Amino acid sequence: MRSGITLAAIAAVCTALVAFTYQLTDERIAANDRAWLEQSLQPALSGLFFDSGVSESVLTIPAPHELPGSEDAIIYRVYSGVSPVAALFVVSARDGYAGAIKMLVGIDINGEITGVHVLAHRETPGLGDRIESSKTDWGKQFDGRSLGDPGTSGWKIKRDGGDFDQLSGASVTPRAVVKAVRETLEYFDANAVTIFAAATDADNEVTE
Amino acid sequence: MSAPTIIERFKTGLWYENPGLVQLLGLCPLLAVTSTFINGLGLGIATLSVLIVSNGLVSATRRWIRSEIRIPIYVLIIASLVTCTELIFKAWFPALDRSLGIFIPLIVTNCAIVARAEIFASRNPIGSSIVDGIVMGTGFALLLMAIGAFRELVAMGWLLAVLPPGAFFTLALAIAAKNSIDKRREERRANTVPQRAKHLNQQDP
Repeated sequence: MRSGITLAAIAAVCTALVAFTYQLTDERIAANDRAWLEQSLQPALSGLFFDSGVSESVLTIPAPHELPGSEDAIIYRVYSGVSPVAALFVVSARDGYAGAIKMLVGIDINGEITGVHVLAHRETPGLGDRIESSKTDWGKQFDGRSLGDPGTSGWKIKRDGGDFDQLSGASVTPRAVVKAVRETLEYFDANAVTIFAAATDADNEVTE
Repeated sequence: MSAPTIIERFKTGLWYENPGLVQLLGLCPLLAVTSTFINGLGLGIATLSVLIVSNGLVSATRRWIRSEIRIPIYVLIIASLVTCTELIFKAWFPALDRSLGIFIPLIVTNCAIVARAEIFASRNPIGSSIVDGIVMGTGFALLLMAIGAFRELVAMGWLLAVLPPGAFFTLALAIAAKNSIDKRREERRANTVPQRAKHLNQQDP
């Protein structure tokens, strides 16, 4: 009995400590994540011409939605003048080896991928973490691909009979990423007009 | 036995009982993240701070903790501290956090920390336990930095050094170097004064 009380008391103190640190760091962490995201936007566009400030045209699709991931999905729209050039999706692949794989998928107006960039993940170091663009060029194989290239049956890793390289020793992670990229393409294909026509978050705030 | 001085404590943590070189604890992070000096430094500092605070807390609560529940309590304390450290790294050192990745939360599983809680902090007063955390943590951190720096330098000519096998070779070299230095000293001492193995029984646990 006494042991139980001691244990509960210490657990309460420890939880308070973590909660306090969380409070203290929450804002800074969110700001860092945003900065990291914006820094990753440029490379995911692979040299497309555009003149809009990318982060100004944010569109948030509240969950649940048909994009991969259970959180709200964020879309950055990129324009040249008034004509849409590309859209950048922040989505999460949920069937990775360890938790969600948060990534950025850039798709241009023709439905071709401009870049896939992994933002955050908890995959096994040395195996699954090779999906990171700082570690290997694995993510580059998506560049220029679209729903028609390869066709539906090709949007799998080679081991499953598809077109995309897996990583030796880690097929769960690449499989999850390929699937999430395909789902994002399908969403873009079905909703491109709505995405570019929708008012931005900033506009919504003004009208509300 | 008189209490060892601070300098003797440091010699113990950094050399005679270095957690990495002698006790061979915490090898998973030691081998995994030491591909560069800066990674070694980052993980070293994170481990050091967790170790200091966990030793302090374990020692401060040792009166109320019965031996049957001590392990869950150590786990609780260490896990909370590591979570806090992870949040702090994410908030103030985001780049380092990205390059260390999952190895910051994995400090929880560093057996050097729970070993110091069990062997030292649960039996010694708080001040002494904090000193133990400082010396052992510093010993571990310096080893991480040394191995990181060595591998980074050698990798310029010999790529294998930054690959996983390089970590094992480097650690083996470091341990061999330490043992050979110890042996040479021992011989020198044997030749001059009537020998007494001064440091062998010095630390209690």
